[in-house]
Amino acid sequence: MRQLVPLTITFCVGTLLIVSVFIPPLGDLERTFTLWFDIIAVFAFFLGGGNLLRVHINKLRRRKTDWGFSIVTLAGFSTMLAAGLFKIGNPGDIATAVDAPGSMFYTIFDSVVVPLGSTMYSLLAFFVASASYRAFRAKNREATLLLVAAFIILLGRTPFGLMLTEWVPDSFSLLQIPNLAIWIMNSPNLAGQRAIMIGIGLGVISMSLRLILGIERSYLGGDNA
Amino acid sequence: MEHFALWLSAFLTLGILSFLYKDNPWYKLSEAVFVGISAGFWFVTLFWDNLVGKFWDGWQDEPMLWVGAVLGFLMLLRLVPRIGWISRWPLAFIVGATSGLWLMNYLASNIMVQVQATIQSLLSTSYASGYDAGWGAMINSLVIVVGTFTGLVYFYFSKEHKGAFGGAARVGIFFIMITFGASFGYTVMSRMSLLIGRIDFLLGDWLGLIN
Repeated sequence: MRQLVPLTITFCVGTLLIVSVFIPPLGDLERTFTLWFDIIAVFAFFLGGGNLLRVHINKLRRRKTDWGFSIVTLAGFSTMLAAGLFKIGNPGDIATAVDAPGSMFYTIFDSVVVPLGSTMYSLLAFFVASASYRAFRAKNREATLLLVAAFIILLGRTPFGLMLTEWVPDSFSLLQIPNLAIWIMNSPNLAGQRAIMIGIGLGVISMSLRLILGIERSYLGGDNA
Repeated sequence: MEHFALWLSAFLTLGILSFLYKDNPWYKLSEAVFVGISAGFWFVTLFWDNLVGKFWDGWQDEPMLWVGAVLGFLMLLRLVPRIGWISRWPLAFIVGATSGLWLMNYLASNIMVQVQATIQSLLSTSYASGYDAGWGAMINSLVIVVGTFTGLVYFYFSKEHKGAFGGAARVGIFFIMITFGASFGYTVMSRMSLLIGRIDFLLGDWLGLIN
């Protein structure tokens, strides 16, 4: 019962969605299931938010290492919830969108989430550069190709790359580093990307079939009762 | 308020960048703020967009939306250990829906479209343009066909990479290495542009040193 019902649901939903592509009257099924999916996602996020609260409250109660930062996390979470759910400081009436410019929710998003998000990602520039300096060695032909391609793409997107090969005559313009970078992106890179994409596509299809047919059951957990 | 928001952004940006020196309380504080506020942001966004926008505003016209709401509620039963196993039903729905949707979407976008774009005439630039391809376009088409085919040969592990098959796989790995190199260069440049944006904010918007 605990396995049969979920396996049946997965089989029926997956099969219906595949069949609906070929039967026009069922064409609206994809939209309906996507809406249900979106609604379930909210409840899943309730669980996620609850879990965040549980983890940090436990950390506070047991005075674990760095428990003080849990207060900051909980304060940030509660502030954002209050600002968004009660639409604090929203211009206009309650019907105005929660992210209307001028609202407290929008201001916090604009002055905290956006700058912190882009700074976090920009930090990766340093770590990628440092890791590649340590790991990249032109030990064999494959590694050399990788290095050369990366180097040309990096140079090709800076004014320095243009400056280096400006003297190359127009009849050999492909040898100018920015043009070479464009050619690498549009030809050999495209070919490799395509092989990878087709490989991913085949992998997704086989995994989907395994899930729909009940061969892959790990998502049900370890309890086989 | 605007002034406070600007200083807060600068304070948190510098806090995150301080990690380049070492893990420190300023970084941890900024990180804790980011985690809490991001979680709250997504919670509120999903609440208004999905629960209110898609379910609450739409169930009168589409009563079937209640099925989604009931499945969502069943998801919460995970919190009750005795009947927690019922939460597998909405999970099974999510897995089934994702499998069904992805199977068809990936078949169309990742396989059919890619194969169609690869099988192109070497002598023409498009299907209806006649024999109009120059030498450059012909070489490009050839590179793409050879690269895609040999790349796929490399990913085929059910046959030992020996002889002509092994040779094709060897060419395939060259193309894949170029792809990895190009992706690496592209990623570094995109992160650099984000970093330039943050430095522009600190020196321009915050300190007013540059216009």
